[in-house]
Amino acid sequence: MSTVALTEAHQGAAAGREWNGPAPKRIVTGYGFWIFILSDMIMFATFFATYAVLVGQTAGGPTGHDLFDLRNVAIETAFLLASSFTCGLASIAADVRSKNWFQLAMAVTCVLGLGFLTLEGQEFASLVARGAGPTRSAFLSAFFTLVGCHGLHVSAGTLWLLTMMAQVFTKGFRPDIQRRILCFALFWHALDIIWIAVFTIVYLLGSAK
Amino acid sequence: MLGKLTWDAIPFDQPIPMIASGVVALAILAILGWVVIKGYLPYLWREWITSVDHKRIGVMYTLLAMVMLLRGFADAIMMRLQQSLAFHSPGFLPPEHYNQIFSAHGTIMIFFVAMPFMIGLMNFIVPLQLGVRDVAFPTLNSVGFWLTATGALLINISLIVGEFARTGWLPYPPLSELAYSPGVGVDYYLWSLEISGVGTLVAGINLVTTVLKIRTRGMSYLRMPMFCWTTLATNLLIVAAFPILTATLAMLLLDRYLGFHFFTNEGGGNVMMFMNLIWAWGHPEVYILVLPAFGIFSEVISTFSGKPLFGYRSMVAATMAICILSFMVWLHHFFTMGAGADVNAIFGIATMIIAVPTGVKVFNWLFTMYGGKVRFQTPLLWSIGFMVTFIIGGVTGVLMAVPPVAFVLHNSLFLVAHFHNVIIGGVLFGAFAGYTYWFPKAFGFKLHEGLGRAAFWCWLVGFYVAFMPLYVLGLLGMTRRMQHYDVPQWHPWLIVAACGAVLIMCGIAFQIAQLVVSVRQRAQLRDETGDPWDGRSLEWATASPPPAFNFAVLPRVSGEDAYWKFKHRATGQSRLDEEPAYRNIEIPRNSATGFVCAFFATMMGFALVWHIWWMVAAGAIGAFATFIVFAWRDHDEDVIPALEVARIDRSNWAQRSAILGKEAAE
Repeated sequence: MSTVALTEAHQGAAAGREWNGPAPKRIVTGYGFWIFILSDMIMFATFFATYAVLVGQTAGGPTGHDLFDLRNVAIETAFLLASSFTCGLASIAADVRSKNWFQLAMAVTCVLGLGFLTLEGQEFASLVARGAGPTRSAFLSAFFTLVGCHGLHVSAGTLWLLTMMAQVFTKGFRPDIQRRILCFALFWHALDIIWIAVFTIVYLLGSAK
Repeated sequence: MLGKLTWDAIPFDQPIPMIASGVVALAILAILGWVVIKGYLPYLWREWITSVDHKRIGVMYTLLAMVMLLRGFADAIMMRLQQSLAFHSPGFLPPEHYNQIFSAHGTIMIFFVAMPFMIGLMNFIVPLQLGVRDVAFPTLNSVGFWLTATGALLINISLIVGEFARTGWLPYPPLSELAYSPGVGVDYYLWSLEISGVGTLVAGINLVTTVLKIRTRGMSYLRMPMFCWTTLATNLLIVAAFPILTATLAMLLLDRYLGFHFFTNEGGGNVMMFMNLIWAWGHPEVYILVLPAFGIFSEVISTFSGKPLFGYRSMVAATMAICILSFMVWLHHFFTMGAGADVNAIFGIATMIIAVPTGVKVFNWLFTMYGGKVRFQTPLLWSIGFMVTFIIGGVTGVLMAVPPVAFVLHNSLFLVAHFHNVIIGGVLFGAFAGYTYWFPKAFGFKLHEGLGRAAFWCWLVGFYVAFMPLYVLGLLGMTRRMQHYDVPQWHPWLIVAACGAVLIMCGIAFQIAQLVVSVRQRAQLRDETGDPWDGRSLEWATASPPPAFNFAVLPRVSGEDAYWKFKHRATGQSRLDEEPAYRNIEIPRNSATGFVCAFFATMMGFALVWHIWWMVAAGAIGAFATFIVFAWRDHDEDVIPALEVARIDRSNWAQRSAILGKEAAE
């Protein structure tokens, strides 16, 4: 087999700035997860495009201007941005292998995430109670789907966060768990980026007259 | 308790699905029984079902594709027979059944034949061509395969429990909305594609990461074999296009399950948005299918002409150009929707432009053959058949890219002829070329040459006899998907087309015979060199079949056509290089995660179709539990000790040395 190839391998040490063979695991894992995030962004882009097409299709029902409560959304945004900060602290704690700081920062991230989800849940519930649920008009279908899809991601992220805390608790900072922490952090920050777009395109532009 | 599911869901009164599913069920039971009685079950579980080896997964993908090809072809020949009989007559298929058949045919052929065939070949070959031991994420690879199998299983369950969609292979609303399709058919379609779509996305991420990050030493981008380049382009398209499909189908699901208004007529929904979204995925999808085939033809034509690929860099550029342009032409699928003359003109021109890089490729293949020592073996026959057929399909495609022509020909059999012309002539011939070419690498023996030729000629002639009449019929004004008709001029052409389908059936029969005969004569067809075709890329540098670790030592590459160089140095010196220092090799440990995930996914998909909510919850909890168990594993790699590596590699080395010695003596 590669016996033919083999000595080639021993001769070629002087190759300089050549491609040096398979990348280390941490790079591969992070890189693959970036690609996944890109694909997720494209899914969100589809929902954003749909929302842009349908935003005017209120079927005689309420518009964003009638419905959105910017104060509530501002608090949601603050929660999520703060959670990104604490998530960053957790990454640093993982880098220096400080279990206590890691668990504390992750716990705060979790609380902020849950706070965000609670506020979003309340907003959705109050909209439905006022007769402005997703079945009312195409605009509201698109709104609930776009914002709800982000909310589902945050929920899944929170579940993931809890399993990461449990993994670090039981297994410590093994290299494979460090890689997962890296992916989790990428995921959580990406959700923030998407929220910025939601905040701007849905809420800020939507509540303007 | 069981949601909408009752005994009425099983079509006791319809003989065709009952008999068909009875035969399938019997076949499955017979195979299962045989496996259990012979005691193969532990072997299957250990070596295949839980395997995370890219070669095994690749073979399973391909096998799934070939089995589903039989199902898809059964649908096809029923349609051809129906249309050849249904002149002034109802034929033998009632309309609601006929509609399910053409929907299932398209869905199965695209998602469960063409896709897994291509993904299977990429999975099997790309790590070998890159000179490495596995893909980037082996366990995820297994999950992707089993989710694809779940989708295929759900579609086949719909044959006996309930019904399949009657909406065509793309469920255009408002027909696919709950008001007009109240049955479970569209739900089967949607859930099976959502689940298999996740599998495809996983495969896409995996292969992109593999090509970009897992290559052997010295394998820079411009030294990769062409198939690796087309794999990269295809999987970039998967990553960029499949999320659009997932989102679009999710919106249709929300419309159907929760009363949303994305694509409904009322409530401000927008039907035309569905066409835009589905084709924003759908047009890249046709390149997802055909680009790997282009890669296969590049490998085959270069190998069987004994020459490096002509214009390698222009081929790379053409591949990446197609990759980008494929996102800019989606509107040509609905010129008649009313986007206006300017928009139609822009998309028409964009469509014609995409023919340019494809033309570059065809000329490159021709110039590769020109002046070469061409060996006309089966893989090359498929490639030549492809070039002739695909050009005709391409030309009719460019013809229909002219919007006024599209207004005349849209929705006609001309269109049906065109896309079968490119998909059979391009994708399927490519898959068969790759199957014949790489079969000895996978199993250690070649496929029977004579039966392969017979299959090729039946397929080629059968294709022309079956589909050229459809071009004529389209020009005669016959629209697609007609269950019966009363135009006498159409009838003879449809009879000819049915004869073509029978010829293709002979081709399939020859392929089955080829497989059976080759397995029985495997001793004569054995490939001991690992390099049966005088190949040029690294997959031929290892044994056939390759050991679990692919390469005992990762090769170092110093140029294009890496293996060709090694080989010629070895024959020049009339001896192989010295034995290397063997080291322990870590390979990923087998995992049942993929199979268990797919079990719960099947459960959830079925429960969602029938509104059995407790079962949905149970499936979701099961899937999450699987994920947790997998996350808690402590060992994910096995070690093959250096001694064992040396033992495996030495026997191969001795075999090759002997052959080389014999050649030198001659």
